[in-house]
Amino acid sequence: MNDRDEKGTRVYFDHNATTGARREVVEAMLPYFSRRFGNASSLHLFGQEARNAVERARSQVASLIGAEPGEIIFTSGGTESDNLAIRGVVAAKRTPARRPHVITSSIEHPAVIRTCRALEKEGVDVTFLPVNSLGAVSAEEVEAAVRPETLLISVMLANNETGVIQPSAAIAGVARRGGIAFHVDAVQGAGKIPVDAGAVGADLMSISAHKFYGPKGIGALYIRRGTGIEAVLTGGHQESGLRAGTENVPAIAGFGEACRISADRLGAEMAHIARLRDRIERGILAAIPDVGINGAGAERVPNTCNVTVRRVEGEALTLYLSVLGFALSSGSACATGETDPSHVLIAMGLDPVDAQGSIRISLGAENTDEEVDAFLDALPRVAARLREMSPIRGKC
Amino acid sequence: MEFVDGRFFDHFMDPRNVGRIEDPDGTGAAGDPSCGDWLLVTIRVERGKIGEIRFLCRGCSSAIATSSAMTELAAGKSLEEALAITASEIEGAVGGLPEEKKHCSLLGEEALKNAVADYLARREKGRPGP
Repeated sequence: MNDRDEKGTRVYFDHNATTGARREVVEAMLPYFSRRFGNASSLHLFGQEARNAVERARSQVASLIGAEPGEIIFTSGGTESDNLAIRGVVAAKRTPARRPHVITSSIEHPAVIRTCRALEKEGVDVTFLPVNSLGAVSAEEVEAAVRPETLLISVMLANNETGVIQPSAAIAGVARRGGIAFHVDAVQGAGKIPVDAGAVGADLMSISAHKFYGPKGIGALYIRRGTGIEAVLTGGHQESGLRAGTENVPAIAGFGEACRISADRLGAEMAHIARLRDRIERGILAAIPDVGINGAGAERVPNTCNVTVRRVEGEALTLYLSVLGFALSSGSACATGETDPSHVLIAMGLDPVDAQGSIRISLGAENTDEEVDAFLDALPRVAARLREMSPIRGKC
Repeated sequence: MEFVDGRFFDHFMDPRNVGRIEDPDGTGAAGDPSCGDWLLVTIRVERGKIGEIRFLCRGCSSAIATSSAMTELAAGKSLEEALAITASEIEGAVGGLPEEKKHCSLLGEEALKNAVADYLARREKGRPGP
């Protein structure tokens, strides 16, 4: 194999890590860097131009997720939204009388898991629920974990590594019956599948612009009217006092535009992406022995494919494929540099060695059949080459 | 990942001395087959020197590249010279490694030492050579 001579391929299959901003998004942002540079809190004309852009975007974001504009708080992204939701609700609802309790899952993004771990040090009890072998939390287990002092349940909408969709509506029922706030990290759902705040049943929902062709550094927290929450950042009165700091107007304008376009095109894009993903999975299963598609039997977002190629390491596969021009990830992007196997796959019961042999392919609207063809040509060869080197033979 | 050195990719994409010697004079392993990188080294000793060396590795790119580089460093060396090969020499042969990957070069040093030790132990026992 003379792979290093195959130059020129550049295929992006890592959309769960981030996406490039659409042209229309960049155009929507540009005026607010310089010509319309005002501070949205200023009373004068410059400020009002910025304020209009922020409020237009708020309506566009709200519209994408079936919310009212007044229920949208702009933040710096998914991580901040998760922090605000979890810390903000616990701060608002905890009482000195009893130790507060939070329920979450063992497959959450680090923005949720580490925030909950930090709260444990501040006197909060946290239950990290297991998942089944398909990577889904069960609403019955959520219900069984509820205590009188449970203040908050936080379970993601779709997992970033496997794409597995969690039973939000059923968990919302549990939360409602117990008078418990329900937060949903929808960062990997919004812009990939239709997300309706009412149907999800969330009191709080985190979304991030750069996961669906918006700019980085901007996101939102949906807060259903009437939900008790306190600010985490102290400072000015921006965002109804819940998120101090001068609004990032260009990013907010771009976020709004990304939401508008996503609402328009989601149906067609989902069908295209799902077809490519199914081709990739069929192709992998047909061409490579001893592989598994993680979460395949569960309901998933249409763009995500998590594959275990046994007897090799995902990092080696990923780097080899990268030299050939294919960008994808092993484990979750945030875990790169850590040698621990994916906490999500471990929670699903994968053997740690198998978990280390996993890669994530996450597709986007701009991917093509030709790119899938090229990938299905490359992956079996790379897998075979690395397996030739492996001292582990045929077992597993 | 910021591997800037071409030697790293050269060893990773086109590793030398991959395989396993049939009926070797010495076998050495390093790592842990049940939970991570695992390197298996086999050697043939000819007139007190490493006449042939092969490796198999299940591991990350750094483990593969450093294992390959280690076999190049060891081939043709006397046993004493082979035992003196260090992880940092191996790391140098691929142009350096990022901090969190430096431990990978230890695998090569360890497996090579184990293979030589295995050869010496077999000779000690007076086991007839192949």
